[in-house]
Amino acid sequence: MKSAVVVFPGINRERDMARTLKLVSGAEPSMVWHADTELPPGTDLVVIPGGFSYGDYLRCGAIAARAPIMDAVRAHAGRGGLVLGVCNGFQILCESGLLPGVLMRNAALRFICKDVYLRVERSDTPFTRDYNAGQVIRVPVAHGEGNYVADSETVTRLEGDGRVAFRYVAPDGKLDPRWNINGATNAIAGILSERGNVLGLMPHPENHVETAIGPTDGRGLFAGLTQHFAKVA
Amino acid sequence: MIPNEPPITPALVAEHGLKPEEYQRILDLIGREPSFTELGIFSAMWNEHCSYKSSKVHLRNLPTKGACVIQGPGENAGVIDIGDGLAVVFKMESHNHPSYIEPYQGAATGVGGILRDVFTMGARPIACLNALSFGDPDHPKTRHLVSGVVAGVGGYGNSFGVPTVGGQVRFHTRYDGNNLVNAMAVGLAKKDKIFYAAASGVGMPIVYLGSKTGRDGIHGASMASAEFGEGAEEKRPTVQVGDPFSEKLLLEACLEIMVKGCVIAIQDMGAAGLTCSAVEMGAKGNLGVDLELDKVPCRETGMSAYEMMLSESQERMLMVLKPEKEAEAIFKKWGLDFAIVGHTTPSKRFIVKHAGDVMADLPIKELGDEAPVYDRPYIDTPKKPALKATSVTPPMRVPDALERLIGTPDLCSKRWVWEQYDHVILGNTVQRPGGDAAVVRVEDGPKALALTVDVTPRYCEADPYEGGKQAVAEAWRNITAVGGQPLAITDNLNFGNPEKPEIMGQLVGCVRGIAEACKALDFPVVSGNVSLYNETQGRGILPTPSIGGVGLLNDFTKSATLAFKAAGETILLIGETQGWLGQSLYLRDVCGREEGSPPPVDLIEERENGDIVRALIGEGLVSAAHDISDGGLLVAVAEMAMASGVGAVLEAAPEDTPRHAFWFGEDQARYVVTVSADRAEAVMQRVQEASVPVYRIGATGGETIVIPGERAIAIKALVDRFEGWLPAYMSGAV
Repeated sequence: MKSAVVVFPGINRERDMARTLKLVSGAEPSMVWHADTELPPGTDLVVIPGGFSYGDYLRCGAIAARAPIMDAVRAHAGRGGLVLGVCNGFQILCESGLLPGVLMRNAALRFICKDVYLRVERSDTPFTRDYNAGQVIRVPVAHGEGNYVADSETVTRLEGDGRVAFRYVAPDGKLDPRWNINGATNAIAGILSERGNVLGLMPHPENHVETAIGPTDGRGLFAGLTQHFAKVA
Repeated sequence: MIPNEPPITPALVAEHGLKPEEYQRILDLIGREPSFTELGIFSAMWNEHCSYKSSKVHLRNLPTKGACVIQGPGENAGVIDIGDGLAVVFKMESHNHPSYIEPYQGAATGVGGILRDVFTMGARPIACLNALSFGDPDHPKTRHLVSGVVAGVGGYGNSFGVPTVGGQVRFHTRYDGNNLVNAMAVGLAKKDKIFYAAASGVGMPIVYLGSKTGRDGIHGASMASAEFGEGAEEKRPTVQVGDPFSEKLLLEACLEIMVKGCVIAIQDMGAAGLTCSAVEMGAKGNLGVDLELDKVPCRETGMSAYEMMLSESQERMLMVLKPEKEAEAIFKKWGLDFAIVGHTTPSKRFIVKHAGDVMADLPIKELGDEAPVYDRPYIDTPKKPALKATSVTPPMRVPDALERLIGTPDLCSKRWVWEQYDHVILGNTVQRPGGDAAVVRVEDGPKALALTVDVTPRYCEADPYEGGKQAVAEAWRNITAVGGQPLAITDNLNFGNPEKPEIMGQLVGCVRGIAEACKALDFPVVSGNVSLYNETQGRGILPTPSIGGVGLLNDFTKSATLAFKAAGETILLIGETQGWLGQSLYLRDVCGREEGSPPPVDLIEERENGDIVRALIGEGLVSAAHDISDGGLLVAVAEMAMASGVGAVLEAAPEDTPRHAFWFGEDQARYVVTVSADRAEAVMQRVQEASVPVYRIGATGGETIVIPGERAIAIKALVDRFEGWLPAYMSGAV
């Protein structure tokens, strides 16, 4: 799997992401600077990591969405290439039009860092193939603005098309407002693009991949992607 | 010719926080009246915050050397050796006054400042901690301050991208008008790639890097060197505004040019900004400095020399660079300002030019070296009599007292606070907040750092010497309880007005105690900060010498946590229990009394007990470990039970100790550990062979804590109280 991690000024989880990609897929990702206009040739997967691109000034992800490299990312997605956006990366994908909706401030108006439980809604995507549909995974969140909001028509379409990839749930997998930590619409934690090749999610699977550090439920996402490209190749 | 507008008057001198005799010292030193800009420079260099004039003579007695020490106090941060060619760079610093006036920005820039101190030395920050002291929860400003300070600490660290892994939060009415924000940063560097402030070479370019200079923070350091009177809030414009985004860029750019070998000397612009950094670089390198202020990147137009020299705008650095162009290109890539604002000279003069005029021409060494040093009169805090446990009548049964204590502001869970800090970023947080010490893996391991911040201000108030010892001992103990070898500390000494002999006595006593404990425990001081004048309308804070401790684990997978792991394990108490109730939380929060002398710290016992606990952890013999501190033995056991939900069946208190004193006494040098039942005998024997007292006090199991003769205490109920208070308080429900 040839992956490229896009680095905008203010992004701060690019090292976590690169380390995890290397650990799980075995291949070192390339780091791509925001001012570049092209992705490295042969890129399979584009990853936009978490952080505070441009300080989250103006609006989370709004400035990064207009950076030179994003045209190349849009073109990659347009060709059906895979794009993963985590946390600030999800916000950037929404702002750049690759995913619908917007991430508002958490309902409690505070930044929140803690482990949450996600239900994997489907397992037939390149991102989630290593999980079972309905499986509950434990991964951390660390964000101030992760409250997913879209107009009702968009939400109906997302739900109807099965484009909700992950939902905040109780440890037993049931929907429960107390476990919807940021107040997201329909407890949405991650969504897919119409073609299913772009995934954005707020939690950080890349921080839960090593037994020595804690739970390893985040590993499946990267393992699934690695398998996907092993097969494609 | 130096322009002299406005003219210097006694009132202007006083406004600059300089005493008449200090002004006379200036006249004697330069042989003429200073210019307005020069007066500003002196006030910046000679205030308490920058000159340590009241504390210097006492700080000299702190042990600052040790096998692991690469750099002790005097640089931007301390540096210790952790083997494998790696060094840990760390320091703690206060941002108390600004955080009271403007809690969000005050706390945020406190974090920004300490991070800059660490990466200035070439280290990438890997963890932050903090110690926060707030006023009485019922004081009308407290909630606002907690909310703003916590959001500010998180706002800066989260955006910068460093995990905030530990700290302390306390409440006491003596912090009503002076909350404390002590921020600690820890970074990792290659041992042979540490950068220092001393300039070298004549005619070398002095380069200004980072954000532009504005009018914010002018006189910030002077404000931090005076008491608050009425109307302190009006000092809001002296608080700087933080921009963590710029700081993150500055970090990456600085580390990049350091790797490329461009940097000769580097100094961050913190307190007293351009003045302090330029003088320090020149003075440390035995060189003069010529500054051309017309070259300084400014955010606002029409800034005077005085304003530029005293601005505390954030996210700025001063460097002496090798003249090649590479550094400039790197800074441009990161979108940061880069300007050559002066050069080094052989003259040992500090010359500041602006718009064709010389605005200041001062002897550079004397600016720092000739700052006044005071051996202020002090009165030792009178010793309090020890409080006999038998003289304290328990107002309630043991289970009721435990339930009350666990939900008090000081003992309750601080989850509401640390969940606002990203504590998992960088992927190396082995033990998150909530344990004895945080454990952070070093790169890919197996080494890890154990990090903690400790102090018990009520002990320091009652007996500064014992309190100072205790603060160090507790940091040492917390590192030990996770299995770490304690290496070194940073100290952040927060006190009231040093011109009062009683307050000075607290400072002197605490420093003596800290020195004594550091020597006995081989735990040298490598960096620190002093914050005085924490007084409002004549009332000082509790003496609060925060101790930030750093320890090393050779294998992070062997670190111990405090949670009970399984039912049926034997619970052991290590260390001796007399039942010391003086200055205990039981006495204060259950009996409503703040009396007696604090528990004495026997440093030999501390060391012996800790060494055996660390050895047991290292050999994998214990399944859980926890030090005993605030609230005593039963609170420690309750914390271990709440962390996993596994309960405990305890044996009765010994006949010769009053029950409440046994369960809630705060005797020092104690730990609770659990071991599998079949190993208990062997482990006890091992501990006894080291001449350390050890007692079997019960077994794990069930969903309650059971004490003979008392009702069972449900863990669920304890958790509800433990987790309940702070969120309820912050939402206005209590």
